[in-house]
Parts: sequence; structure tokens; C-alpha cells
Amino acid sequence: MSNHDLILSVPAPARPWRERLGSAMPLLVLGPSLVASFVYVFVFTGWTLYISLSNSSLLPTYGFVGLDNYASLWANRRWNIAYNNLFLFSGFYIVGSMAVGLLLAILIDQRVRGEAAWRTIFLYPLAVSFIVTGTVWSWLYNPVDGIQALVRGFGWTSFSFALASDRHYAIYAVIITGVWQASGFAMALFLAGLRSVDQDLIKAAQIDGASTFRIYRKVLLPTIAPIFLAVAVIQIQFAIKTFDLVAALTKGGPGISTTFPAIYVYDLMFQRGQIGEGAAAAIMMLAALAVVLVPYSFWVVWRRRKEAGHG
Amino acid sequence: MADAALDQSLDRRAATVAARRHFLTRFVIYGLLVIFAAIYLVPLLVVVLNSFRDQQEIARNGLISLPRSFRLDAWGQAWSTYCIGGTCEGMQRNFYNSLKMTIPATIISTAVGAMNGYILSKWRFRGSEALFTCMLLGVFIPGQISLMPWAFILGNLGLSNSVYGLVLIHVIQGISFTTLFCRNYYVSIPDDLIKAARIDGAGFWRIFRKIILPLSSPILIVTVIWQFTGIWNEYLFGVVFTSGQQQPITAALVALTASGTNVRAYDVMSAAVLIGALPPLLIYLFGGKYFVRGLTQGAIK
Repeated sequence: MSNHDLILSVPAPARPWRERLGSAMPLLVLGPSLVASFVYVFVFTGWTLYISLSNSSLLPTYGFVGLDNYASLWANRRWNIAYNNLFLFSGFYIVGSMAVGLLLAILIDQRVRGEAAWRTIFLYPLAVSFIVTGTVWSWLYNPVDGIQALVRGFGWTSFSFALASDRHYAIYAVIITGVWQASGFAMALFLAGLRSVDQDLIKAAQIDGASTFRIYRKVLLPTIAPIFLAVAVIQIQFAIKTFDLVAALTKGGPGISTTFPAIYVYDLMFQRGQIGEGAAAAIMMLAALAVVLVPYSFWVVWRRRKEAGHG
Repeated sequence: MADAALDQSLDRRAATVAARRHFLTRFVIYGLLVIFAAIYLVPLLVVVLNSFRDQQEIARNGLISLPRSFRLDAWGQAWSTYCIGGTCEGMQRNFYNSLKMTIPATIISTAVGAMNGYILSKWRFRGSEALFTCMLLGVFIPGQISLMPWAFILGNLGLSNSVYGLVLIHVIQGISFTTLFCRNYYVSIPDDLIKAARIDGAGFWRIFRKIILPLSSPILIVTVIWQFTGIWNEYLFGVVFTSGQQQPITAALVALTASGTNVRAYDVMSAAVLIGALPPLLIYLFGGKYFVRGLTQGAIK
């Protein structure tokens, strides 16, 4: 037995320590990131999940209360407004920015002069923060100094445009600003898609005498259909996480009319000291993301497999 | 003979109709582009012009009007003397805070992401794909989930209300993104290159330095730009974990515009907004190609 061990251990000294260290190096370097990611993804989520099931108020405490926080969350009128807003915002924001983005992409795709300049103009809002965008648009919406004042200054004195300060319409102010910020992103992705379509397909359609409109409808847009889905999924993610834009634009107001889930979480955790219910709301945000992303990732994997199978 | 002439004139008429139609479509295309460009540029223009206008003039003529005065005072005030919540030092401290937060977090997360990407594409081991998938989940976790755990950790490390705490958060949060970017790029570097180097006796670090790194500049630029703009523009962690003098510029901007005195100092606020927007805007203007590439790559994959 010991003889056997000896034989096995003989090559070991022949392998210098540097080499052994070398073969372990990838894991050594990757290790800290793996641990950090694991903690970030699983421990943090589990932790917040646990807080959401506890009686935490001003500070995290760990008395288990089951689903009480969720019950009081869903009974709260403000939370109901928040997720109604989320649905309304997501719908208009996604459809709006995709429609504008597609229009811009098709316009730019018509061999226009100065393509780079147009693209730069439509994409720059993406470089600046939601805070900057929200702040500036809140000024434009301001009835005393902004767009309303401008139009009234032209002589149309009864003109009224006070979106952001009207309880019923403030959500549309958020939507318009969101679409303004995000259309360029949709445009960039659509344009990249249009450019990657096989030129022979387009030529074949042209030879058949199809009009430009028909070529887009029958050839180009169906080919880039997966991009529509990708853009929609990314926009939904943004919508669910919407916080900065509202914080800078309306601060959730007037009243509580533009509360969003992310605003609600922040408010409960750090303004009202209801950490347990705030954590429950955060978990609901994660659940909303999962509802969108899990089926989508399965679909992407399935499609890749199918393509690989065909190839 | 007459037939031929008729044909010719018909041809010519068809040609002019086609030309007219072509002109019309071009007119519509450029018309629409100009309208949308105006919608996109007007807010920027308004802020830029107002930062040079006199405050009384803004109050009189509204925010959106042609400037009738030109002053640079607002910039100086916004930078160094304007009062936010009791302290009158303008935005300069917050601007430096943002730099102190963004630069280290960008460098560290990019470096770590490059190493991770290199390992996960060229030194695969059993289970490495599964680990990569787990790391990717970090991209999707909303910040709200991590607020309480971070509060606890930063408190225990003595990093609450500190820029370094924010650096830590942004590094950990950024690793998933940077790893994803770099890994997807390094996958396209042929494995044979690595194999040949290993046969020649090159080790882990040597291959990284001599082969991977020299090929990496496109992806490193994309990653740095993505991280820099993302971290600079971040608001949630800044407002939750820092206050007053420690706040990054996004949080300070909200505090500034919310601090409601009787007269809204649009001139100073405009300059402050531009100070906050300038670094990412400059990066966008000079590295636009890479910015867009990062956007589309980060999105599609």
C-alpha cells in the first residue's frame, strides 16, 4: 500500500511548484469574482427575501411573520397605483420607443446624407443620466416657465400644457420623457438589424418589382423580428427598474400619482422605516423581472439550438 | 416615325414623374429627420442657452426663448459658490466625488472582467459554463434587492457615507457586465493561438500579456466606456448610501433642483446640469462608435 503511494507520488516532485501553481492559477484568479457574484446574486437575494418575511421595521430584525408583509403590500393603495403605473408606463414606453425607433431606423436606412450625424443626435440622450433628462424635462413641463409659457407667449393665451403637474396626466409626462430617451436605443438596434439582412434577399425582391414599402413589410421586418423581441425585453427591464427618471421628473407626484415600484421600495425602506414591506416590494420587482426574463432566456437558448441543428 | 416620337415623349414624361416622386420622398425623409432632430436637440439647446442667460431675463421670457443676455456667472456659481442644503461650495466637491468613485470602479471592474473573460473562454474547466451563467444573473438583479444587504455590509466595513463604499458596490455589480463583454469577445480569438503558445511553454499570465491583451483594445474601450457612463450616471446607490458632501453629482443635482427657494435659479441649475452631463457626453462624442457597439452587444447577448 505504502509502496503504491510511493509510486504514485514519484512524479509529483518532478512537477515543479511553479507548474502546479500555474495549473491552479485560473481558478485562483476567478475565485474572488465567483465568490463575490455568488454572494451578490444568491446571498443578497435570499437575505432580502428573508427580511421580506420578517417583522423588520426601522432596522432589520429576524422574527418570522410569513407573508404578512406581502399581504399589507397588496392591500396598500399606493402600491396598487405603483404597479398600475408600471403596466401603463411599460406598454406606452415600449410601443412608443419602438415605433419611433423603427421609423428613425428606416429613415436613416434610405441612404441619407450625414448618417453619422443623425445617429449621433438621436442617440445622445442615452449617454446622459435619467437624472439630467428628468430634471430638464421637468422644467419644460413647468407651466410657468416651460412649453406652456412659450406657446402662450406666441399669443395663444388659453393654451394649456401642464402634464407633469396634473395628477391624472403626470404619468404621460413620464412616458413621453422615457420614449424621448429610449427611442435612439431602439433605432440603433433596428438599424444594426436592417444592415445585417442578406442583400441578395432585397435584390431578389427588387427584381420582382416590389416597392420599397413592400420590401420592408414582407422581407426586412420579418427577418429582424427577433430584434423586436430583444428590444421589448430590454425596455421592460428598464421599465421595471424605473427610479431615477421619476425621482428627477415628478418625485412620484403630484401626490402619489406617479409612484413606481422602485420609488415605493426606496420610500418604505429609507423614508418610512418599514423595511420588511419595502423588501417585499423589492422581491415583487425581482419576480416581475423573472416573469419576463426566464421565458425569454429559454426561448433564446431554444432558438440557438435550433439554428445550430440546422447549421 | 410619329410612334417613335410619342414613345420618346412618354418616356420623358415617365422620367419626370419618377424624378418628381423621388424628390418628394427625399423631401419627406429629410423633413421627418429634421423634425425629430429638433425634438431631440431642443432640450439640450435650452439648457446650454439658459446657462449663459441672465436669471431675470429667464424669469421674464421663460425658459425656451432666444437669449438676450450673455453671462458666464452661472457656471462659476454652479461650480463653486451655489448653496445646496446649507453648504455653499457649488457642485465641485460632488463632481470630484463622482470622479473618485467612477475612475477606480471602472478600472477595477474592467480589469477583473478581462481576467474573468479570459479564463472563462480560454481556460475552461468542468462547470465553468454553469458558473458563467450564474455570474450573468447579476446583470438582471435590480438594485433594490441589494440595498439592505449593502447597508449592512457597508456599515460593518465602516464605508457608509463614503465614496469608497460606492466604489465597492459598483465593482461587484459591474463584474457581471464586464465579464460578459470580455468573455464574448475572447471566444472569437482562435484557440489554436493559445494552444501554440502553450506548446512553446507560455503560461497563464504570459499568454494573457503577449496574446490576449494586445488583441483586446476594442473590447476594453467598449467596456471602459460602458462602465464609466453607467457608474457616473448612477443615482440609486448614491442617494441611499451617501449624503451631503459625500454625494456623487447625480444625487447632488436632485438635491440642488429640489432645494426650493422662492426664485428658481434656472441659470445656475442649467450650468449644474451641464457639469453633471458633460463627462459622459464628451465620452459619447469622442467614442461614439464604441459606445454604440457596447450598447448593441450588451443588449443582444
